[in-house]
Amino acid sequence: MSATPSVEAEKTGKVEAPNSPRLGEWRTRIRAFTQAHRSWTIVIGMAIGSVVLFFWAAFPPFSFVQGQNTWISGFVNAGVFILLALGLNIVVGFAGLLDLGYAAFFAFGAYLYAFGASPFTHLHLPFLLLLVGGAVVAAVFGIALGAPTLRLRGDYLAIVTLGFGEIVPIVFLNAEKYTQGTNGIGGVDRPNIFGYEFPGIDQTAYYVLMTIVVTIVLILVYRLLDSRIGRAWAAIREDELAAAANGINTVTTKLAAFALGATTAGFAGVLNASKLTIVDPTQFQFQVSFVVLAMIVLGGMGNPFGVAVGAFVLYNIQNVLLKQLNAVTDNLNIPILQDIDFVKFQFLLFGIALVLMMMFRPEGLIPSQRRRQELHSAEADSEADLEALAPDAGEVAL
Amino acid sequence: MTAAAFGRKMASDSVSGGLLLHADGVTKRFGGLVAVHDIDFTIPTGSIVSLIGPNGAGKTTFFNIIAGIYDPTAGVVVFNGREMIARSRRAWLEPFIWFMPGFIGLLLTIIAASNGAPDGEIFIIAGITLLALMSTLVIGVARPVRYQKALPRIGIFRSGRPNDMVEAGLGRTFQNIRLFQNMTALENVLVGMHSRLKSTWVDAMFSTPRDRREEKEAAEEARGYLRLVGLRGKDGELAKNLPYGDQRRLEIARALGSKPKLLLLDEPTAGMNPRETQEMIALINRLRTELGLTVLLIEHDMKVVMSISDRVTVLDHGEKIAEGSPAEVRANPKVIEAYLGAPAE
Amino acid sequence: MTAAAATTTVSTVRHRPAWAIPAIAVGLVVAYFLVLTFVLSLNPQTSAAAPQIAIQQVANALSIGAIYALIALGYTMVYGIIELINFAHGDVFMMGAFFAVLFAGVGAGSVPGLLHLNGPVENVPLLVLYIAATLAVVMPITGLLNLTIERVFYRPFRGASRLAPLITAVGVSFILQNVALVVFGSGDRNSPQIFPLSWRVDVFGASVPVLNFVILFIALALMFVLQTFVRRTRLGRAMRATALDQQASKLMGVDVNQTIALTFAIGGALAGAAGVVWGYNFGFVRQDLGFNAGLKSFTSAVLGGIGNITGAVLGGFVIGFIENFAASLGLTRWAEFSVFMALTLVLIFRPAGILGQQVGERA
Repeated sequence: MSATPSVEAEKTGKVEAPNSPRLGEWRTRIRAFTQAHRSWTIVIGMAIGSVVLFFWAAFPPFSFVQGQNTWISGFVNAGVFILLALGLNIVVGFAGLLDLGYAAFFAFGAYLYAFGASPFTHLHLPFLLLLVGGAVVAAVFGIALGAPTLRLRGDYLAIVTLGFGEIVPIVFLNAEKYTQGTNGIGGVDRPNIFGYEFPGIDQTAYYVLMTIVVTIVLILVYRLLDSRIGRAWAAIREDELAAAANGINTVTTKLAAFALGATTAGFAGVLNASKLTIVDPTQFQFQVSFVVLAMIVLGGMGNPFGVAVGAFVLYNIQNVLLKQLNAVTDNLNIPILQDIDFVKFQFLLFGIALVLMMMFRPEGLIPSQRRRQELHSAEADSEADLEALAPDAGEVAL
Repeated sequence: MTAAAFGRKMASDSVSGGLLLHADGVTKRFGGLVAVHDIDFTIPTGSIVSLIGPNGAGKTTFFNIIAGIYDPTAGVVVFNGREMIARSRRAWLEPFIWFMPGFIGLLLTIIAASNGAPDGEIFIIAGITLLALMSTLVIGVARPVRYQKALPRIGIFRSGRPNDMVEAGLGRTFQNIRLFQNMTALENVLVGMHSRLKSTWVDAMFSTPRDRREEKEAAEEARGYLRLVGLRGKDGELAKNLPYGDQRRLEIARALGSKPKLLLLDEPTAGMNPRETQEMIALINRLRTELGLTVLLIEHDMKVVMSISDRVTVLDHGEKIAEGSPAEVRANPKVIEAYLGAPAE
Repeated sequence: MTAAAATTTVSTVRHRPAWAIPAIAVGLVVAYFLVLTFVLSLNPQTSAAAPQIAIQQVANALSIGAIYALIALGYTMVYGIIELINFAHGDVFMMGAFFAVLFAGVGAGSVPGLLHLNGPVENVPLLVLYIAATLAVVMPITGLLNLTIERVFYRPFRGASRLAPLITAVGVSFILQNVALVVFGSGDRNSPQIFPLSWRVDVFGASVPVLNFVILFIALALMFVLQTFVRRTRLGRAMRATALDQQASKLMGVDVNQTIALTFAIGGALAGAAGVVWGYNFGFVRQDLGFNAGLKSFTSAVLGGIGNITGAVLGGFVIGFIENFAASLGLTRWAEFSVFMALTLVLIFRPAGILGQQVGERA
């Protein structure tokens, strides 16, 4: 089969010590199948998952909390964060470049859409054009903001990107004449695709659109992971000098990471703007960058599926669970708990969760195979010792 | 004769003389410390040359200069007929060129805005600025040949970076193994082949037939290299899980991936027992006979040096103190003195 | 990799006379004054009193520069010793500012204050007592806070990959900010300006608050103590040695863990002092103070040469003056922008900073 090398790795890695032979064997076979026909797996999985979720949202336990349409709206918002997480995952998870100012690209996408489709500029360009345009503009700025960081070490890279992440919303805020400053640009058009105008209340159309975009991005991201450039990113992450010494042009490879990572933020910005119908600088502050970082850390840095799940789960925790916790503790009448407003606490909880994760399970909840091995090298070391003690029987001398 | 002209002359001389590498008067200074001083060095095509000397003699520095990690403070290095290493005069100016149109456009926009120009004009200027910025960034990143040729004419020389060396036909290993620890053996070799593979991220994203075919063929070729160095069947092993000897061999397989003309091996037998050392010697010989490679070794193990080198060069305190066949060098009193006694058996 | 030295002596080739640095500093301040006066005189609104305004701005710049310098010292010492940017350092400063408010003032958010001072204190001995007491209380607390952060969050990662401790550091910073938000509430909290702003001094016709000089004095005094400590004491020597070569220091019997802990403690204490002084000068504290001031102070440290103590001080004042320049021209909103641009340019063109050693070629 036309398996790529990492498929081999995953396969070989998995065959060791299955607990129950039948189960282990099936898991291996399923895994091999999904790896070989990955794009189809993603499409089918997303299709089934989104349909199930859509209809289930009208029933318990979802219906206990809020109405179906509210759930769907929440899922669309979660989708925005999934896109952001997938993009940041390329920069941080694949290439190992800690970008703390990722929200800037989100802003570029959103403001481009606002410039292109709002009463403020009297332009009403087609939605799909702006969707692509948002990605392109974000990519250009990805290169522009990434270029000064190319020769910097990890710490400095983080600080400079943090600074960029600060600067961009400030620029949008201060350039009042063009962006209406703190008021933002309101009345932004809803999407109009091939003549179909998205309604304001019913979120179904947004949901479908988001599912399609996320599916496409997932497919593309997985393809990048297992490609020549994916290996180049991994090599740079491991050992930049050795990577260069093996013919990898670190400049273009890193810039590609920034650019491609930024494109999903561009998509997210356009989609988010078209849903909220308002774009203002407070939507793009450091909290957003941090939350996305927390999502990829908790979800499983480097693993697109893990990261997407992490984003989805975290968003819903933030959006739904915390409010519900408030309701529950209010009703329980326990004095201390009653005083805690979980919603106010949310960012604090995110921070604590991130730090705890980094300290105890840095590979995240659904780690990529590679990462787990990277970060838990202690176990692997002992394996290597065993191998060294018992020389390979069949080793043929040259 | 200008440096450029001298370089060109050397380049043509070396090609006609069958010299794969030709270094002339290479000096490297780090602040006040002179690491290597005025070294002349040649590597004839198809030979195995060893570079030896006591610790601190400057071998690694010289090696790194050839490999493109450092720029020489003085001197010329010609590889395969091309002057490979240019002093990075004003290389830092290059990013300026990329951003200059964007920057100028930004200034114009600000000036227009503060002078109250109509919004339409401002948007046009801003749009043009963005386009200009995009184009120059793309050119700067893609580096088409015309652009690369134009830079020296305005006085901007980019020094040969390590990845340029690879494209020129240079492969190397490292003294303390620098494999990609958490990637499999196969993936390590595939990275070694990176510069020869043609598919881009665009091909990857759209999973074009070319991309799929290239990946398949590349994997086959990579397995071939693994077999060649004696790592048959270990494709899926993580590099860090391999035993030490295998790791050294994997590093060579990785270097072979780029189909180099010259292979630089930095202490390939360090830490090996006698049997492994014999295998390594045999492997290096095979590289020359079967693949037609030229090899430059840094080595401390004299047995290795004496048994496979066509020529040995000895450095001490940054200067070349002896050069010749293994027998000649071994008998050379200066060499003996530098090592304080006869080299180990 | 360049060896980052926490030393202030640059004694390889050039020997600077002792008065060189103060002389240069005074000269630069005077130059700034002249430039600012000139620029202000171009604006009809300010041209009349341009020199006086400029003098006041110089005093402001010196104060804010001193604050940035104190914070920058913490960044530079920590980076010099373990090559990690302590992202949480700016937030330690912020906590220091809050602790000062809690100790001396009426409290913040849901937490009550101790001394309940809420206005200027005119009685000089009492004032000095209050200031000294606040410093004596806050500095150890912030020192302890920074030390705890190192112990709990950074030490487990020592020697590990670069990415993990960085992300953790960012997380810790975020946690601190949000703890402050939750405990003290959002928005500006009042900080008692116990040093009377009415006390002023006439400098060439300009009325300059004495407070500015006091801040400068406190900062310089602390820097002098630090300087002496690092150069003359055994522990200070240990700090310098560990910064230069951790392995070798360990082999020479230096307790590296203790030394690193001490570095964090000192850095934290200085940030605490900066927090106290901030309250006196600006009269408010806010939970995102650290993020902001931290970024600028880190810029200062890099500008001056990361790992270099004198550099951090120099950088702090330079950044203070840059920010002040933008503010004097009414461009407050672009002040942060200009500071940040300075950081980017420095990192691109001279990553070693002004006083840093020349960064070697890629190794």
